[in-house]
Amino acid sequence: MNTAVPSKPRRAFFVSQKYYPTIFITLILVAAEMSFGILEGYPKLATAIIASIVMESILSRVATGKWRNVASAYISGISIGILIRSPLVWPYALGSMITIASKYVLRYKNRHIWNPSNFGVVALLLLASDSVAVLSIQWGNNLWPMLVIWALGFFIVWRVNRLHISVAYVLSFFFFALVRSWISGDPFFAEVAPITGPMYQLFTFFMITDPKTTVSSKKWQVIVVVIIAFVEMIFRLFDAIYAPFYALFIVGPIAMVIDLKIKEKREAPVAVKPAS
Amino acid sequence: MESGKIKKIGLGTLLAAMLAFPVVRRVWNNWQQSKQNRQQHAQIIKRYGFYLQNVAKEAGITFKHESPKLDPKLDNIMPIIASMGASVSVTDFNNDGLEDLYFTNSRYGTKNALYENLGNGKFKDVAEKLGVADLNKKGTGVSMGAVWGDYDNDGYEDLFVYKWGKCMLFHNDKGKGFTNVSDQIPLPKWANANTAVWFDYDHDGKLDLFVGGYYPADINLWHLKTTRIMPTSFEYANNGGRNYLFHNLGNGHFEDVTKKMGLTSHKWTLAVSVVDVNNDGWPDLVVANDYGVDELYINEKGKYFKDIGPESRIGFAPKSGMSVTPGDVFNRGNLDLYITNISEPGVLLQGNNLWVPNLGDSGDNMIYRNLANNLGIELGGWSYGAQFGDFNNDGHLDLYVANGYVSGKKRSSDYWYDYSKVAVGNQTIIADTKNWPKMNGKSLSGYQRNKIWVNDGSGRFQEVGEAVGGREVYDSRAVAIADLWNTGAQDIVVANQEGPVLLYKNTVDPQNKWIGFKLTGTKSNRSAIDAKIDLYWNNQHQLQMVNGGSGFCSENQRRIYFGLGKHPVIKKAVIYWPSGLVQTLHSLKADSLYHIQED
Repeated sequence: MNTAVPSKPRRAFFVSQKYYPTIFITLILVAAEMSFGILEGYPKLATAIIASIVMESILSRVATGKWRNVASAYISGISIGILIRSPLVWPYALGSMITIASKYVLRYKNRHIWNPSNFGVVALLLLASDSVAVLSIQWGNNLWPMLVIWALGFFIVWRVNRLHISVAYVLSFFFFALVRSWISGDPFFAEVAPITGPMYQLFTFFMITDPKTTVSSKKWQVIVVVIIAFVEMIFRLFDAIYAPFYALFIVGPIAMVIDLKIKEKREAPVAVKPAS
Repeated sequence: MESGKIKKIGLGTLLAAMLAFPVVRRVWNNWQQSKQNRQQHAQIIKRYGFYLQNVAKEAGITFKHESPKLDPKLDNIMPIIASMGASVSVTDFNNDGLEDLYFTNSRYGTKNALYENLGNGKFKDVAEKLGVADLNKKGTGVSMGAVWGDYDNDGYEDLFVYKWGKCMLFHNDKGKGFTNVSDQIPLPKWANANTAVWFDYDHDGKLDLFVGGYYPADINLWHLKTTRIMPTSFEYANNGGRNYLFHNLGNGHFEDVTKKMGLTSHKWTLAVSVVDVNNDGWPDLVVANDYGVDELYINEKGKYFKDIGPESRIGFAPKSGMSVTPGDVFNRGNLDLYITNISEPGVLLQGNNLWVPNLGDSGDNMIYRNLANNLGIELGGWSYGAQFGDFNNDGHLDLYVANGYVSGKKRSSDYWYDYSKVAVGNQTIIADTKNWPKMNGKSLSGYQRNKIWVNDGSGRFQEVGEAVGGREVYDSRAVAIADLWNTGAQDIVVANQEGPVLLYKNTVDPQNKWIGFKLTGTKSNRSAIDAKIDLYWNNQHQLQMVNGGSGFCSENQRRIYFGLGKHPVIKKAVIYWPSGLVQTLHSLKADSLYHIQED
C-alpha cells in the first residue's frame, strides 16, 4: 500500500495547532463585527494590529538580531483592538506598543513574566483612564452566540492542551461569585453575570492560557488560576470593574518568578563531593 | 558599555516613555484648562464672544423638578428607573412676541409650570390659571415632556404632553386658556412615552404627531405585575415601547397610522428629531434609542417611512442614544446630526456622535461619518439633551450638552461597578430588576458638569464652560435655546432632574451681529414646522430648520436665529416651505428679526 500518496492532500489543509488560537480570535472578531458591529469600523483595530506587528518586528530584530514570527503579535494586536474601548486612536497604538515592549523589557531569567496583553490593558487602565475603557458590552446578550463562543473556545483550548486552565478558572469564578454574593448581599445572578460577557471569553481563552506566561506543571497551572480567581474576588469586593485583569497582573508574574526559581534550583548541577 | 546593556537600557527607557505618555498628556491638558479658567468677563467676551449668567431666581422661576416614586418592588434601583421627566419647551403661547417656557414635573401631585415672559426680565407661572398645571394626578401617570404646535392652524400654539401614563393634548384658546382635547386623538390608555415631535409628514398643511415609547405600554410602573421590565440587552434590546404616528385629519381629530407608515419597531426610544436628511423636501425622522441602535427613517413622499439606519451607519453600532440635535456645523447647507450617548472615563466610552452626511448623497443612499472625535465634541459624560446655537453670534454653531445621570446621596460611592456587572450579563439576568444590586444611595455618573463647546469655524470645538459660566452641577436633562430678552442673543434654559431650572442669560459681544426669522405658514402648517432657511452671507451659507421638538425632552423657540460675525454682508435668505414653495429674501439687515409670511 502506498501511504505517501494520500498524505499530500491532507498536508495541504494542515494547520499547526499553535495557530488555532490565532484563527479562533480572528473568527470571533469577524463574527462579532459582522453581526454586532463591535468595532465601530476597522481603523482602530488596524492601528492596534499594525502597531503590534511593527513593534514586535523592530524589537525582536534589535534585541535578538532575528525576525520573529508575528502570530503572537497579531493576537496581541487583536486583543488590544477588541478589549480597549476609546474614541481616540492613540490608545490603540500605545496599548499595542506597551504590550509588545513589555515582553522584551520585563524579563526574568530570560522569560517575560507578564502576560503581554494583560500588561498593556492594565497599563492603559491605570495611566490613561480618562481616555480608555475596556470592552463591557455584550454580543447580543442572547444565549446562543454565547454558548457557541464558549463551546468553540473550550474546543480550542482542549486542542492546545490548556482546557484544565480554563475549566478551573470558570469553576472558581462561579464558586467565588457565590462567596461574593454571600458577603455583599447582592443577587447571585448579578455576581455571575460578568462571566457571560465577551471580556471574560477573551480573558478565559486567551490570557490565562498563554503558554509563555503560565507555570510549567499542570497542577500548579490549576492552582494559579484558582488564586487568580480568588484575588479577583478581593478586587471585586472593592468594586474594581476590571478585577480579572488586575488579578492576573499581580498573580501571574509572582507565579512565574516562583516557578522559574524552582526550575532553576531543580536544574542546578548537583555539587559532587570530592572523594576524600 | 556592553552592547547588551545599552540595548536593555534603551528598551527600558522606551517602555518608561510609553507608560509616561498618557500621564504627561493629562497633566498638560489640565494645565491648559486651568489657564483658561482664570479669566474675567471682559477677557471672556474678548476671547469667546459671550458669557452666561444663571438668572432663574431674579427672573422669578422657582420651579423644581421632582422624580416619580414608583412601585416599591423597584426600590433597589429606583433612582435609575425614576431618572427622567425634567423637560423644557419654549413657546409664545399668547403671541405677545415674548418667548414663554413650559416645564414638566414627574411626581404624583406635583404640577407642571407655564412661565409667561412678562418682558421686564420677569416670568410668571400661569399654568394653574390656564389649566395646564395639574397633569400629574394619581392614576393618570406623570409628565415626561411637552411639545408645542399649532395643529388646527388657528394662529395659537397648542400643547401635547407625553407621559408615563395617559398622554394629553390641549387646545390653546387664543392664549387665554387651554382645553383638554385628548379624546380627539386615538392615544393609548397608557403609554410610557419619552419623546414626541410635531411635523407634517404628508405635506397636507396640517401638523401630525410622532410619539416615542420607552417602556412597553403594558407596564404600569406604579403597579408592576412583574419585575422583568428591563431591556433584554444593553445593545440590542427590542422589548421597548412602541412608537405612534398620528395623522392630523384636519377636523381637530387624528388617526393612528403607525403601522401603515412602517414605524413598528419596539426599541427603547428616548428622542426624535425631524430633519430633511436627503434634501428631497420631505421631513425624515431620526430616532435615538437607548440600549440599541438608532434609526433613520426616510420619508417616502408621505406614503411610508423606510429605515436606512444600518446602511447609513447611523444605526449600525449600538450605543445609548439619548437625544438628537440637527445643526449645520460646517456652514455648507447640510444638517449634521448630533446624538448623545454615555461616556464615563475608565468604564464606558461610547462617545457622542456627530453624524455628517456625504455631500451629494440623496434618496435612500445617505452615508454618514461620525466626526465627533475629529471636532472634539465626543466626550460629554452621561449625556442627555444637547442643542446647537450660535452663542457668540460669530457665524458658527456652538453646542451645549447636558450631563449627569444619578447624583446619589453618597458622592464618593459609585454604582458603576454594580451596573457593569449586570450590564454585560445574559438577557435572563439583565431583564429582571430583582437581579440588580441595591443602589443604597450610590451615584451613577452623578455630579457631572454640562459642556459648552464653542465652534472655532475651522473644524474644532473648544470646551469653555468653566470660563463662560453655565456649568452648575445637576443631573441635567433637557436643554432649550431661545432669545428670552429679545436682544438677539441665544439664551439657554436647562431642566434638571430632581433639581431647579437653570436660566442662562447670554451676554454677547455687540460687535457680533445676528439676524432672526419668525415664519408663518399659509399653505404650509401655520407654525412653519419643517420649513428650512438657507442664509447666505460673507461667502458662506448656513441651513436651519424649524423644529417641532428636538434634543432630549425639549423644544427650542420657533424663531430661527443666525449669528453673522463682525461686518456681515447678507446676500439673501432662501426659505423652503413645507408646501414646496421657495421664497427668496434680499436686502436683509443685520440685528433684525423678520416676520415672514408664506407667499
